[in-house]
Amino acid sequence: MVASTSISNTQLRTYGKPLVFLLMLIPAAWLVWNWWLALQYQPNGLGFNPQETSNRFTGDWALRFLLLSLAVSPLAKILKSPKPILFRRMIGLFAFFYVCLHLTSYVWLDMLFDWAELWADVLKRIYITVGMAAFVLLIPLAITSTQGWIKRLGARNWQRLHKSVYAVGVLAVVHFIMMRKGFQIEPLIYAGILAGLLSFRVQAVLSKRLRNQGSTRAKMPSRRVSAP
Amino acid sequence: MLIKHKHSWHETENSVTDESAYLSRRTIIGGLAAAGVAATAPMALAQKNRVLAPLAARPTAYQSSESLTPEAAITQYNNYYEFGTGKGDPFENAWRLQPKPWTIQVDGLVDKPGTYSLEDLVDFNALEDRIYRLRCVEAWSMVVPWIGVPLASVLKKIQPQSGAKYVRFETLADTKQMPGLRWPVLDWPYVEGLRMDEAMNDLALLAVGLYGKEIPNQNGAPVRLVVPWKYGFKSIKSIVRISLTDREPRTSWNVSAPREYGFYSNVNPEVDHPRWSQKRERRIGEFGRRETLKFNGYGEMVADMYAGMDLSAKY
Repeated sequence: MVASTSISNTQLRTYGKPLVFLLMLIPAAWLVWNWWLALQYQPNGLGFNPQETSNRFTGDWALRFLLLSLAVSPLAKILKSPKPILFRRMIGLFAFFYVCLHLTSYVWLDMLFDWAELWADVLKRIYITVGMAAFVLLIPLAITSTQGWIKRLGARNWQRLHKSVYAVGVLAVVHFIMMRKGFQIEPLIYAGILAGLLSFRVQAVLSKRLRNQGSTRAKMPSRRVSAP
Repeated sequence: MLIKHKHSWHETENSVTDESAYLSRRTIIGGLAAAGVAATAPMALAQKNRVLAPLAARPTAYQSSESLTPEAAITQYNNYYEFGTGKGDPFENAWRLQPKPWTIQVDGLVDKPGTYSLEDLVDFNALEDRIYRLRCVEAWSMVVPWIGVPLASVLKKIQPQSGAKYVRFETLADTKQMPGLRWPVLDWPYVEGLRMDEAMNDLALLAVGLYGKEIPNQNGAPVRLVVPWKYGFKSIKSIVRISLTDREPRTSWNVSAPREYGFYSNVNPEVDHPRWSQKRERRIGEFGRRETLKFNGYGEMVADMYAGMDLSAKY
């Protein structure tokens, strides 16, 4: 859909965005629907420990959408089309939305609003400290995601600020790895994907720098470079 | 006599009745979870089902006024990493396990070492019904009706020598039967251990049955340890080797993360764990959380063994 160049930006805005919006809402709808069933003693998909299921489910989707939002720019480069960028903000905000659900699940279903114990958890259990740090770092990014804030900050500053999403990605994956017991593969798969996305970013930055250096050199050729 | 149901691991009509009794006691979530499973059961798995024969056992003083955790929850929400790390994985994958015939290697500081058949070690005419609380280190808990014999009765048969100070247990590690062994989650085979006095304590049970029947594969067939005053991972499953030693055994979780899992691992709300607060627990089937009891409420029978020991150092 995104790849096709025959689709106009207007079409993507009118049809693509609402569609992607609904798609990304599906996991949340599933969760709410199943809790609704559960509370009426109906068969449901939450299993024998619904609180644990909710924590993991929302965490999984938060991380997936976060990585997806990081994949948008590389995808645009690969496709040599800026069209995927149209969806980046929405995906990023959905990642934040699922992080909020994740936190709600933990604070409400798990901790039952026991703030003292919650605070002790944040301080004592490093994987929760790390997860909480990721959440805190995401807040300014969610707030400044509007056009108004881009103008207010200036594109350059705004971009600089939003690079911290990579730090959030690292914290989120570390949180996941630490949360699992023993040596487990699944969080490492997410770590691998993140590493791939980061290396793509690093490559892009390096090649840009090289290009810049190259062009400076072209303007001011060094005397030491002498042809035989 | 065999009681047959379509899928040996799925709940019987018995457990459904249990369920309504359970619900009537005002517990919220458990019923629905079980109902959920009942709905998905037809499409579920179960490649080759083992028919679980009923086991005759005599009642003991180890009863409970607490409601039993439904059989469906006990047999479908498991930590048994040899069959996968997900809670539902053991239920899905444990059909590969072949619990009959079963032999147990006995070695170390014993007068009667050798390879025993399960029936030689466990007297199936002396089985006992015992209801125990099970407290997982992940801060959830269940109430389980086990069938088994005291571990002490088995140790007497193999005659520990005077120098024996610890019992070391080993779980089966067969890649053909246990798909989870492909991943190095832990250093396989799974190893657990007890100090001699702990092993001789009357609470320490070798379980061969659950809910009136043979123990299902995913719960540790055909024989597992149950030490209810310790976190669940001490209660090692599908035991193939029992060794008596003079040295503290290097237990699997302790080797994997020594800061998190000590050799003793007694249930203790006062000793904090780096991962989970141990102050409270979620009884499977309940919405809220209840206070965790020291030694899981079995202090009267076990606290003496740790008199004078610093439990926060020997966690």
